[in-house]
Amino acid sequence: MSEQRIQGLGVSAGTRIGRVHLYRPQAATDSLSRKQVAEADVPAELERLRAAKEQSLEQLQALVEKTKQSLGADKAVILEGQTSILADPTFFPEMEKRIQGQLVSAELAVDQVVEQIAGLFESLPQEYMRERAADVRDVGKRLRTNLGGNSGVSLADIQQEVVLVADDLTPSDTVQLDKTYILGIVTRTGGKTSHTAILAKSLGIPAVLGIGAALDTIEQGDLLLLDGNTGACVLHPLESTVEEARRRMEDEHHQSQALSVYANQPAVTRDGHQIEVVANIGTTLESRSSLAEGAEGIGLFRTEFLFMNATSMPTEEEQFAAYREVAENLQGHPVVIRTLDIGGDKELPYLELPKELNPFLGYRAIRLCLDRPEILLTQLRAILRASVHGQLKVMFPMISNLQEWRQAKALWLQAQEQLRAEGVAFADGIEVGMMVEIPSAALLADQFAKEVDFFSIGTNDLVQYTVAVDRMNEKVADLYDYFHPAVLRLIQMVIEAGHREGKWTGMCGGMAGDPQATPLLLGLGLDEWSMDAGSIAKIKHAVHGLHRADCVALAQRLLTLGTAPEIRTELQTYLQQPE
Amino acid sequence: MIREQVTIQNDQGFHVRPAQLFVTESNKFSSTIKLITENDNTVDGKSILGLMTLGLAQGSTVTITAEGADEEAAVRALVELVNSKFGEA
Repeated sequence: MSEQRIQGLGVSAGTRIGRVHLYRPQAATDSLSRKQVAEADVPAELERLRAAKEQSLEQLQALVEKTKQSLGADKAVILEGQTSILADPTFFPEMEKRIQGQLVSAELAVDQVVEQIAGLFESLPQEYMRERAADVRDVGKRLRTNLGGNSGVSLADIQQEVVLVADDLTPSDTVQLDKTYILGIVTRTGGKTSHTAILAKSLGIPAVLGIGAALDTIEQGDLLLLDGNTGACVLHPLESTVEEARRRMEDEHHQSQALSVYANQPAVTRDGHQIEVVANIGTTLESRSSLAEGAEGIGLFRTEFLFMNATSMPTEEEQFAAYREVAENLQGHPVVIRTLDIGGDKELPYLELPKELNPFLGYRAIRLCLDRPEILLTQLRAILRASVHGQLKVMFPMISNLQEWRQAKALWLQAQEQLRAEGVAFADGIEVGMMVEIPSAALLADQFAKEVDFFSIGTNDLVQYTVAVDRMNEKVADLYDYFHPAVLRLIQMVIEAGHREGKWTGMCGGMAGDPQATPLLLGLGLDEWSMDAGSIAKIKHAVHGLHRADCVALAQRLLTLGTAPEIRTELQTYLQQPE
Repeated sequence: MIREQVTIQNDQGFHVRPAQLFVTESNKFSSTIKLITENDNTVDGKSILGLMTLGLAQGSTVTITAEGADEEAAVRALVELVNSKFGEA
């Protein structure tokens, strides 16, 4: 078989070679829209339902066994409960009755019965029992998946080294990725700042996205080579290609070894100016290795995983445990917790948010949280309670005007009032800041600066909203550029507005981890750089080679240029000049 | 038919784990097993959904009934299970 070259977008660096694991989560099938069946089809429909039940039972029993072994019998009880729901004498007979009596499809019968029972649970007085509605819905989801005729294999089940190939990965898929087994990721769609890209980078898994129709030629078990730097993939590589790739992998290994020397040193310029380099994390697990990887703290702790990995809203207790763990792992170094940033492309099944035409301009992040303040209040209480275990700070995402900021701040004070009344301890003087990711917030930075303790610039969304480019759409992906002069002006405005009020400004978007941008950001006066742990050594290395005074002059010059390519060229020239 | 009244003593009432244990125990017997609440709601003792949606809290009193070949053993085992607080501390 001859080798086949495929070009995609390299979003997470590194060369890998391995066998393909094709991941196809529930494809939308025709039956999804089918509601009624003909009387003659009833036996077939009943048989489909029965088969789905058997398959679901087998899966659940396997899962119970696995959970017992890995987490203990106690944790398996919930799953056993789900097995019992499936086997329940009232569950299936009710569905069968509907198929026979009302001639509905198996899918609709499942939905109706599941919702009826979930509704019963939700009407119960005890909160604990109300939450069980999620178990019933989980069972329903499994049945629906199995009715769709797919294997229902979850990413967490992968237990051998593979290259993961998929159309796209949802945020809930990506949080299941285990670096031990997933060598690399290749997807049909997705751009440089899609969530798959962000997660792959943060986990250090090489990834090539957006290979398009070429994905159809890849089959289960094929040998696939990918280069996350260039975006080049080779399907069925020849022996010589494999050898060359292995040499490259060794080089990469040596290079990262050499850079790692800088990881645990402070980031100081040649003229003695020190900046703060911290990490972005998305799970408590990542916080265990942050310090070892050279982070001087956490500049962005995304809390979504807590919410996305659950079948119902995590309780204050569960959140407290997670925040406390991160605070403790960081041993007194600062941790900036970002409050829930859900909505947009990040869905929560149990919130049942309606689909939106423009999710990135819609009901998400702080907008959702201010509309449902109980969610934010619970989170803020958990953060406050955890604050005695380390140095926590909190920031609100997607602030677009001062009212939102003040409402969020009021909830923060309310949470403190509540805890004080309950006699619960929390730290004094916790800094409260905001993300700047909407141009309206950047333009009003001088007004915000009087009220916040700090800013953190989220370049990924800031670029998307400033340049009006959908960061998921490959067709316009090249318009997405943080060196766009308008974006740079906004960044400058925010940093200067902060400094005038004596407030610090950080950056937690992709730009902070790009060594090409380092001289520019240094020149603009950025105080804190937050990035994937994998970029820390690289950025610290870059800082060591720079003069701050030079960078200030460079930044002023760059801000007079009219286009992103000119700015890039100038930066490259600057970085290549002999010392 | 055998019947006996018991009081739910464990903290969170008939939540998943107790309901699961009750159903597992009920399924060991061929008798028809029912659970009747104080307001005369009757559910199948082998149905976890039935048991859980009763929303029985700590302190509720219920009647367990069994009818069939092994009715006596069934009621005895189930009463014992409830009185043991389902093995919770």
